[in-house]
Amino acid sequence: MGIKILTEHILNPELQKFEVYRKTGGYAAVEKALKTMSPDGVMEEVKKSGLRGRGGAGFPTGMKWSFLDRKSEKPRYLVCNADEGEPGTFKDRYLMEFNPHSLIEGMIVSSYALGVNDAYIYLRGEFFYILRILEKAIAEATEKGFLGKNILGSGYSLNLYCHPGAGAYICGEETALLESLEGKRGNPRLKPPFPAVSGLYNCPTVVNNVETLALVPWIVNNGGDQFSQIGIGRSTGTKLISASGHIKNPGIYEIEMGLPVEEFIYSNNFCGGMKNGKPLKAVIAGGSSVPILPAELILKTAKGESRNMSYESLSDGGFETGTMLGSGGFIVMDESTCIVRNLYNFTRFYRHESCGQCSPCREGTSWMEKILFRIENGDGRMHDIDLLFNIQKNIEGKTICPLGDAAAWPVASAIRHFRQEFEEHVTRKGCWFE
Amino acid sequence: MDNEIKFSAESLELVKSIIARYPEGKQKSALLPILHIAQAEFGGWLSVETMNYVAGLLKLEQIEVYEVATFYSMFNLKPVGECVMEVCQTGPCMLNGAGEIIQHISKKFNIKPGETTADGKFTLKTVECLAACGTAPVMMVGDKYHENLTTEKVDSMIDEWCKCGKSSHNNPYKD
Repeated sequence: MGIKILTEHILNPELQKFEVYRKTGGYAAVEKALKTMSPDGVMEEVKKSGLRGRGGAGFPTGMKWSFLDRKSEKPRYLVCNADEGEPGTFKDRYLMEFNPHSLIEGMIVSSYALGVNDAYIYLRGEFFYILRILEKAIAEATEKGFLGKNILGSGYSLNLYCHPGAGAYICGEETALLESLEGKRGNPRLKPPFPAVSGLYNCPTVVNNVETLALVPWIVNNGGDQFSQIGIGRSTGTKLISASGHIKNPGIYEIEMGLPVEEFIYSNNFCGGMKNGKPLKAVIAGGSSVPILPAELILKTAKGESRNMSYESLSDGGFETGTMLGSGGFIVMDESTCIVRNLYNFTRFYRHESCGQCSPCREGTSWMEKILFRIENGDGRMHDIDLLFNIQKNIEGKTICPLGDAAAWPVASAIRHFRQEFEEHVTRKGCWFE
Repeated sequence: MDNEIKFSAESLELVKSIIARYPEGKQKSALLPILHIAQAEFGGWLSVETMNYVAGLLKLEQIEVYEVATFYSMFNLKPVGECVMEVCQTGPCMLNGAGEIIQHISKKFNIKPGETTADGKFTLKTVECLAACGTAPVMMVGDKYHENLTTEKVDSMIDEWCKCGKSSHNNPYKD
């Protein structure tokens, strides 16, 4: 089953409590870092670990940290992105609900490394019940001297606060998140300047995903080299995978990177195979924004090699025949799934969530939604399929933030791999799936 | 009407403590949290009077509050029922029968998504991904998740709600 960093004790219903978390070795990384390591020393270990951002982009965390403007006289901030909203992804919710102290410990150690004295956790508004769990945990940690002024007598101080969003997928984009945290509409900012130079209140800011931050204590305790030996190649460590769709055992699995996709789908240790015994048709491997792949391409690359759960293997073949690990939102579809209807659903989602700043995204998503609606409902024309492909091409790369790409890629990949199904919707005048 | 919109003493304390979480002069950061509390306290939605009151509290222009309130889908800009049911309709929930759940509630109360029953008790809203795809289909009532839904489960949840009759508009900072 492999090593578990974040979920080893997660089935213990008492783990939310400070004392219980502490007994499992919790907060040892805070003691070690603050008492025996310099901030740069912590950063060095994170760099060595090869840890990459777990929110979806997979950018090396240590490198992101090193961009933080350290010459600036302004205060620095660490913001945790807990706005989990990528369809198919529910790992951060699980982690924060059942192991809240792991995030808090990660934020203390990371803030220490970054020279941050005020940090925020930005939670999506629907997670208010988790906000209350985290606030209790923060109060406990403060009472025990792990947060607040002069932590463990080290002279280092940190305040940690929770902040709720209010229902906007776009706020998972880091600059939209910062706008939202400033009390504004979640309109992404033009980059540069990047948040590392001008982020929250125009101060140097690092924004990291929940899972990313929660992995840092293990790296501090065991060393970056140890972490880099888990996983495969440049995909180091473990990854939380959110498995959903037509499988026997949907849920969260902490896997060691490099696990074969086939084993993940069919082994009883993970998804347990297909629900109702219907054959696998397609998988969206990394949250709704990444390209959909048909069964044969998710299990094996175009070269015929077995595909595994890692950044590199899933993206093998580029967008022609590959996809992305993304957030690890693994959506499995059996042969009863209509690709057109599924795509219509996600395109409606992106139209709803587009902030409206950039014309290609604002207009393009609603245009694509209308076309998909008519193909699904029997009014589609054969040239609509090329029109759709053309529209998505004119959104991709032409917007301030990646929501445009996120809306374009599912359309491009669905047509690329399932063109015949679109054509049949046109010739048969609508959908024949249940 | 205006003088009816005023936070309880307890909520005002909470509001103050929230403003203190942000640097001096950055009280606008408290806008989303305070709109959540206002929505819960003043009937489950944000009237113009409520938004103006919040603007006054945070020393913001009224337009600054309107433009934020209209951006975020959790803020209701018209009255809602005592029990707001928000059913997820995105991908993984759709694959697992969200459509049936929405249809079932629609039929049961004879309302379309976005509508409220004539007696002001129930509102049906469709919402986008709630990050609970492994336990699809899912809906929220207030800030409580209801997962692995079936039409029977929805019925018994509604029966239970009818018995206790507690509004779903709770102060989200309180358990």
